[in-house]
Amino acid sequence: MEIKDIENLSELAKLDLNDIEKESLQKDLDGILDYVKQIEEVKVDEEEIQYPLKNIWREDEEKKKDFSREQILSQFPDSQDGFIKVKKIL
Amino acid sequence: MIDTKTLTIKEASEKMRKGEMSSFDLVSSCLDLIKEKNSKLNIFLEIFEDALEQAKRADEMLKEGKGGTLCGIPIAVKDNILIEGRINSSGSKMLENYRASYDAFVIKRLKESGAVLVGRTNMDEFAMGSSTENSAYGAVKNPLDTSRVPGGSSGGSAGAVSGGMALGALGSDTGGSIRQPASFCGVVGMKPTYGGISRSGLTAMSSSLDVIGPFAKTAEDAEIIFDCIKGRDEMDSTSIDLNDLENENRKVIGVPRDFLKEGVDKEVLQNFEESIEKLKKKGYKIVDISLPYSKYSLAVYYIIMPAEVSTNLSRLDGIRYGLRTEGENVFDTYKKTRSCGFGVETRRRIMLGTYVLSHGYYDAYYNKAWKVRRAIMKEYDDVFKNVDFVMTPTTPTPAFRFGAKSSPVEMYLSDIFTVSANLAGLPSISIPSGIGSEGLPFGTLFTTRQKSDKMLFSIEKDLK
Repeated sequence: MEIKDIENLSELAKLDLNDIEKESLQKDLDGILDYVKQIEEVKVDEEEIQYPLKNIWREDEEKKKDFSREQILSQFPDSQDGFIKVKKIL
Repeated sequence: MIDTKTLTIKEASEKMRKGEMSSFDLVSSCLDLIKEKNSKLNIFLEIFEDALEQAKRADEMLKEGKGGTLCGIPIAVKDNILIEGRINSSGSKMLENYRASYDAFVIKRLKESGAVLVGRTNMDEFAMGSSTENSAYGAVKNPLDTSRVPGGSSGGSAGAVSGGMALGALGSDTGGSIRQPASFCGVVGMKPTYGGISRSGLTAMSSSLDVIGPFAKTAEDAEIIFDCIKGRDEMDSTSIDLNDLENENRKVIGVPRDFLKEGVDKEVLQNFEESIEKLKKKGYKIVDISLPYSKYSLAVYYIIMPAEVSTNLSRLDGIRYGLRTEGENVFDTYKKTRSCGFGVETRRRIMLGTYVLSHGYYDAYYNKAWKVRRAIMKEYDDVFKNVDFVMTPTTPTPAFRFGAKSSPVEMYLSDIFTVSANLAGLPSISIPSGIGSEGLPFGTLFTTRQKSDKMLFSIEKDLK
């Protein structure tokens, strides 16, 4: 893995890294990838993977929830009139 | 002063029901120990100021014959399990001031039974670690030997029970985070079948692997906690009901000898063989088994887990809750917030997860890892046609010293025996099995069929 790969990943992951962090991540990720690479050698059936997940349906009815609007609002880092406030995007 | 280091939940519960002990006195004894030891051990991030109030209410419930077996019992809660109105930081600066807006399913159950929540316990940030050195609030020390780690990521919960600061605790286990610290601290730690305990209100790390489970001094105590918090919950669509029946005749144990050939401490192996001999004398049949795919478990884990971590933690961007560090524009705010809020190990796993999920590597890593995970699940299904338990040491070494692991991979290897139960969704328990020459405890790990969790609690009596 090259430093520019680390920079590309950090952009995707929305992380700011300084040069020391980039270098140490490059070393760490190389070490980890070197270890996990052993799965390449495993022979498995090449059938389509089935994920054991199914949708759980419920009736669309209004139920009382434990949490209050106020409790959730109080966690917003910045808010105005009950809305989350963020910097403008465009 | 009640000796909370030896008292079990079972004994305390019986004494309180008979009126021979009050929850107030019991909780006071735990709080005294916490006050005396916590500045050194760093086990609790917060001691709940209303613990004695809760104890008084429990005493009322006991008088009226109400509440469950846990009524009045002091329980410690890992910092990634939500308690309404309380800080829930998951060991991270990102959520330092985050207050939960609802109770986790398990917390609701504990409150209904009348259990006393004494405080929230320290942990590796977002449950990522095997030593509790990754907490943003400083490392936890092992109460049995303060030069050693308590294991992780639920090191605080394991230490709380081991040090008598609570009679039981809740932790979470994604790759071994209950069983490994239980082994290092000389207590019982149990991971249920995937979905056996609702994850509603557990801070998500790796959603196809995460489970909540109990810590206690004995398997009997762990079972009492487990019975209180298990079962289906409509807020977690992956939660399921488990089998209640326990068949006493299940006594065939499989030992994957190939796993024990290298990298395992000599004393750990010796202790393991002694455990086998004890079980043979109690009528268990021990057979050799082979798990050729499971030797890739840790490699599979370090692909699937970071992939899920990178997606799960993308929600922490400074917008809706938690830390916000303002930047010049919204993308800059994301970056600044996430760089200030996440610690080194968390960032490492987010980067790794982003890599294995990225275009060009997805098939080679993530898809291949899922194929091998399927093969591991099938392999266990096949093995459990012939044996009732799979037995290994819980960890390759006893509790190690702070800073002993020089690279991430070296640290990850301490979960080598625990991680396959997470990949296959199997119930698994670590039971203390003796003390080594350096005074450190050993743990033995038993894993069984999906949904047969109750079988795990009966082995302890035969290990003595």
